[in-house]
Amino acid sequence: MTYFPEEVVEHIFSFLPSHSDRNTVSLVCKVWFPKLRVLTVKGKPHFADFNLVPPDWGGYAAPWIEAAARGCVGLEELRMKRMVVSDEGLELLARSFPRFKALVLISCEGFSTEGLADIASHCKFLRELDLQENDVEDRGPRWLSCFPDSCTSLVSLNFACIKGEVDSASLERLVAKSPNLRSLRLNRAVSVDTLSKILMHTPNLEDLGTGNLTDEFQTESYLRLTNALEKCKMLKSLSGFWDASPVCVPFIYPLCHQLTGLNLSYTPTLDYSDLTRMISRCVKLQRLWVLDCISDKGLQVVASSCKDLQELRVFPSDFYVAGYSAVTEEGLVAISSGCPKLSSLLYFCHQMTNDALITIAKNCPNFIRFRLCILEPRKPDAMTNQPLDEGFGAIVRECKGLRRLSISGLLTDKVFMYIGKYAKHLEMLSIAFAGDSDDGMMHVLNGCKNLRKLEIRDSPFGDGALLGNVAKYETMRSLWMSSCNVTLKGCEILASKMPMLNVEIMNELDGSSEMEENPGDFSKVEKLYVYRTTAGARGDAPNFVKIL
Amino acid sequence: MACLGFDETELRLGLPGGGNDAEEAARSSGKRAFEDTIDLKLKLEQPAPAVAQKDEKDEEEEAAAAQNVVHAATPLLSTPAASVATGGGNMKRSPSLTSVNTAVLPDPEKPRAPKAQAVGWPPVRSFRKNIISVHSQKGKADDNSGDKSGTAAFVKVSMDGAPYLRKVDLRMYGSYQELSMALEKMFSSFTIGSCGSQGMTGMNESKLADLLSGSDYVPTYEDKDGDWMLVGDVPWEMFVESCKRLRIMKGSEAVGLGQSLYQQTSMMYCHLASSHS
Repeated sequence: MTYFPEEVVEHIFSFLPSHSDRNTVSLVCKVWFPKLRVLTVKGKPHFADFNLVPPDWGGYAAPWIEAAARGCVGLEELRMKRMVVSDEGLELLARSFPRFKALVLISCEGFSTEGLADIASHCKFLRELDLQENDVEDRGPRWLSCFPDSCTSLVSLNFACIKGEVDSASLERLVAKSPNLRSLRLNRAVSVDTLSKILMHTPNLEDLGTGNLTDEFQTESYLRLTNALEKCKMLKSLSGFWDASPVCVPFIYPLCHQLTGLNLSYTPTLDYSDLTRMISRCVKLQRLWVLDCISDKGLQVVASSCKDLQELRVFPSDFYVAGYSAVTEEGLVAISSGCPKLSSLLYFCHQMTNDALITIAKNCPNFIRFRLCILEPRKPDAMTNQPLDEGFGAIVRECKGLRRLSISGLLTDKVFMYIGKYAKHLEMLSIAFAGDSDDGMMHVLNGCKNLRKLEIRDSPFGDGALLGNVAKYETMRSLWMSSCNVTLKGCEILASKMPMLNVEIMNELDGSSEMEENPGDFSKVEKLYVYRTTAGARGDAPNFVKIL
Repeated sequence: MACLGFDETELRLGLPGGGNDAEEAARSSGKRAFEDTIDLKLKLEQPAPAVAQKDEKDEEEEAAAAQNVVHAATPLLSTPAASVATGGGNMKRSPSLTSVNTAVLPDPEKPRAPKAQAVGWPPVRSFRKNIISVHSQKGKADDNSGDKSGTAAFVKVSMDGAPYLRKVDLRMYGSYQELSMALEKMFSSFTIGSCGSQGMTGMNESKLADLLSGSDYVPTYEDKDGDWMLVGDVPWEMFVESCKRLRIMKGSEAVGLGQSLYQQTSMMYCHLASSHS
């Protein structure tokens, strides 16, 4: 590519319509790096979200920020997910990129509100500061006052995950001088009164995450809130509801008819009747996140009120495997029959049946993302006690556009045969406590042509499966296997056959004590993470990670 | 058979090569110390003042994380009880703690043994888990102004005619109605009656009579004094404190509790309505 003048190369690329193709192409040549405007980096494997990746594994943001600071000062947007970001990194970021506009951090950790203070102080043209579910150390509310008076460019501000107090006066000032604010998500510390005052300055607001909505307030406060909310004619999406008391629910009613997105999943204080009174008014709803307190009956109300529903997430309010949930397969069947546009689902429940899944598949053939988590591992069909192979089989057969699938319950190799046979567009598959033998995993590796990410835990797949189609891993972004039957030997063979892959193994205990304990079984690998690399083994791996 | 008592069938961890007293082994295991360090770093799901109701779960999670040798059933054994009984000889390094492997289809009559909590299961982000757990701790602290707030209150629940018992943690519920809903799910022919969100306002004598005639099960409990009482007489919090076990009796047998069934049940509805606000 160095033979062609840049103008020619750019012209060729302008014919690439798809974002992901342009992305791929951009990885090829370092020469284009200086022109980088938007950088997205994802660090730890997905299962790190569930504490399966030991701390200090890696995913450090600093090298990326440092390299960008040296090489591409035109950087405008940085998006990071599951990375370890430090305050020093944020300071470097804030000082190095004069045109920096947007910082999005999702599920990151390692930084504090002091790092945010640097971002606020130095990024003169900041448009977006979006902090989603990060673990942020609270070092006081000063950061919010660090936005200079000259900063009037904010379009999106999300600090819902900040645990500590926030200075209301600073917040009000900031909002008052940000006429372009379209998305604002507050944290738990922001009171109803502050919220009401803020909303007087945000007529263009489209997305709001409320602060605290407990019922220690006078009715007057709530009335002010309703008046303020009514000014936000563009408001389409609502979240937050921290500690919301049922008393506050009616004050939201005037907004409901215009909402397309509603996230009530952090609010265990609202029960099924509070939830349904609100949701039944949300006739335009497209995206709904709730807790399972909504119950099957509540989901029926959703099904009859929200005909445009496209995305539903039902989270558990009780994480105890042997516990109780008010939602079952019935709620999901009701949703599927009332909401045929449903394309994205995350559903936690305690029981499921094949019949229900088959019905759901027929009702909603448009699923792109289907994630079902039955809380009890290996639980069979609640009516017939059979495995749920047929049910998930129906999902992959009917939903021809399925790109992401998470399966659970009692499952044999048969479900994988179905997945391999039908899920031709599947890109990401999550497996837990499923399957009987290596055949299961082989079906997936051989059949799912578009598979990019495969993550497996507690399933009986061993070296045979691991090594059965090694070329496949070069077409994938990553493979995760934990608590399966792969051995050290198998991983070593994989590493030697595939030099373009990093084969990382992690054992909780270091090698020597394992051998002392259990001489017969020393070679089982606890955690395996395989991914493509152009740069060889990484240098920042901690000592519990072995790269073969 | 099978009382689903956690004590008897709970999966425990033990050191390799012996130690049937798995609980002791898990506690005294040197590996625990290592795991405690990991716990601190990971800032595990439960916030620091871990509620005792979650203690059992914590212990199981920590024990799980320790990845010790476990008294786990091999895929072909059908009950954990069997492998616990065989003790050391059957010890196998099971990859991740925990769940009883039910590749063998369970007999529908027999209860599946309670699973230990696996690490990182269910797949919910810590951020979310912390919010929900903190709330349930706070909530319970508010409800039970006092000492035992947060301590688990597991009681056995039996239903006449059902082949096995269940266990519920009364502190998971805030009212008789919530408990009723949970029990209804567990034993689907049982009903305390549905008060609905209107409480008593939707109820009248004829509806009550219909409900009663439709159901012949009566919830009773054994209190601290060893007496069998009708559920619903006392305020919810008092009930939780004094209830030792629950028994869902067939209506005919409940007659001997001193008052007519109709009177008892309508008193209960009154309490349900008043405590429902």
